[in-house]
Amino acid sequence: MKSNKFVKMLSIPYVLWAVAFIIIPLLMVFYYGFSNKEGKFTFTNILSIFQAVHFKSLYLALLLALISTVICILLAYPLALILSSMKGKNDHLIVFIFILPMWMNFLLRTLAWQTLLENDGVINNVLQFLHLPTLHIINTPAAIVFGMIYNFLPFMVLPLYNVINKIDQNTINAARDLGANYWQTLFHVIFPLSIPGIISGITMVFVPSLTTFVVSEMLGGSKILLIGNVIEQEFTQNSNWHLGSGLSIVLMIFIIISMVITSVFDKEGEGNAL
Amino acid sequence: MSKHLIDLQNISKSFGNHLVLDEMNLYIRENEFLTLLGPSGCGKTTTLRIIGGFESPDVGKVIFDGVDITHLAPNKRQLNTVFQKYALFTHMTIAENIAFGLKIKKKSKSYIDDKIKYALKLVNLEEYGNRYPESLSGGQQQRIAIARAIVNEPKVLLLDEPLGALDLKLRQDMQYELIRLKKELGITFIYVTHDQEEALTMSDTIVVMNQGYIQQIGTPEMIYNEPENAFVADFIGDSNIISSTMIRDELVEILGVKFPCVDTGFGENKPVDAVIRPEDVELIKLPDDFDIATSEYNSSVDSNGFEQIGRIQGVVTHLIFKGVHYEMEVMANGFEWLVHSTSMFAVGSKVGINVDPFNIQIMNKPESEDEEAAPIEE
Repeated sequence: MKSNKFVKMLSIPYVLWAVAFIIIPLLMVFYYGFSNKEGKFTFTNILSIFQAVHFKSLYLALLLALISTVICILLAYPLALILSSMKGKNDHLIVFIFILPMWMNFLLRTLAWQTLLENDGVINNVLQFLHLPTLHIINTPAAIVFGMIYNFLPFMVLPLYNVINKIDQNTINAARDLGANYWQTLFHVIFPLSIPGIISGITMVFVPSLTTFVVSEMLGGSKILLIGNVIEQEFTQNSNWHLGSGLSIVLMIFIIISMVITSVFDKEGEGNAL
Repeated sequence: MSKHLIDLQNISKSFGNHLVLDEMNLYIRENEFLTLLGPSGCGKTTTLRIIGGFESPDVGKVIFDGVDITHLAPNKRQLNTVFQKYALFTHMTIAENIAFGLKIKKKSKSYIDDKIKYALKLVNLEEYGNRYPESLSGGQQQRIAIARAIVNEPKVLLLDEPLGALDLKLRQDMQYELIRLKKELGITFIYVTHDQEEALTMSDTIVVMNQGYIQQIGTPEMIYNEPENAFVADFIGDSNIISSTMIRDELVEILGVKFPCVDTGFGENKPVDAVIRPEDVELIKLPDDFDIATSEYNSSVDSNGFEQIGRIQGVVTHLIFKGVHYEMEVMANGFEWLVHSTSMFAVGSKVGINVDPFNIQIMNKPESEDEEAAPIEE
């Protein structure tokens, strides 16, 4: 088959790309993660996750990522429902508005939140002006959650909007026709059918939230360390690539676990709707 | 006559600037199989959706069993819908799909199980309860959609082009299936379709609609044999619609030739449309050397010669074998006659045309824009 051969040829650059920029770096992470400075095989780097400071940073990262993801779902789901019920009337415009911030640089957006949330920042100035008590938000976990939600909400809105918008209006009408009120239709039909969107939304919000170090560094000061910050510091400040790689591997394991859990929920969701 | 179950009173509905239904009045009797028939965009589906509660009319009322339900939510209406393309819940098994309405109504488990069994048996899919909709064929899915609707014991079943997505053979099987279901359930069916054959096969009453207006209401026989206007005649089956003049009662001039007919009361020398079904055109074989131009019997009613050479003479221009009959086109007096006949007349052969007076249907010409027959979308 001539065309088959041609297609295979076309794939060569991508294979080279994947090997050079994904597979080799990944192998290097594994090499560093399982070796010490003398180049000998060791589990020390991996097991160092159980050191109090590392464990706490992982725990906090998981907790904040979880909170951000849940809040993102709670914010995005009603929005997606509203947008899909608009069907062609300005819904694209509103989706566009929600995605617009993504056109700006991630660092700049987070920097903007810094100036908003600072003790002497825009929000507190406004509160002062209105003679309201000021808030201490910056450098707290709440500020980090704020930043995560702001940065990652579009990634939850888009897949939810897409999947809910694709549900056949007649399927929803059928539920109404069979006697279900709005909430019963939402719970028994729309929600189960939107699970694939929820799953991809979770993956796209939870994983970057779990691994971020930029948001936590800029909005959490250097006091609040997430696992991402610890790994970053090992590479940049302590030049301990072995420990950094080891902790990265642990983080990867947690990401894989979270994906397995969500895919299990997906399968259950298909069968047990009522 | 059984009582009116549903009364549509003076219903109008527009989408934007587009008027879909214009002051429609229609009643549906109990236990009737009523079909709304018309080309796409005629307002038939909108009518069904108004009855189902998925659209509300701009003006007018929907009366169900004596109660005004115009603004009642769909889940509170005593009717169920079978949607186009099935609209099954893909995340539920067949049994769960059928149980949906009953679970919402909080029926007991044993009641629901009995109903599922009964419904699956009714649609001949007893073994399919644990399967998911996507593993079923289109025809099976549609039967499940029907089962899901009827377990709720609605007084009326609304069917929105339910057979539209099926192939021809399956569609015919399902037509018989629907007639059987209708008999077994003894409930009212309101059926929407653009397929005239489907409508003629199944209905007690057909409502022919076009551009938001009801064109004619009647039994299938009435609609077919006595179309009220050119649109109905054209939409229901093939027909020859010929612009003619009504000379006096029981005599019409078609293409310059006088034909006796049975219609009366149209006045004298009035322009009318004559409708002749292709199977009602009788052909007579003429000798090859017959001179059509000088045919002495032309325009002579009194002469009995038409029995030998026909009232009009022409030439066969097309011939197609259709299985049961031949379909031919005959050019005669400047009109292309569509003819269905069990005998074959070769292309180029000369034929005489006769029509029995009973088979000529006279209709008034459309008077206003609104009544004018719209082109049929194929």
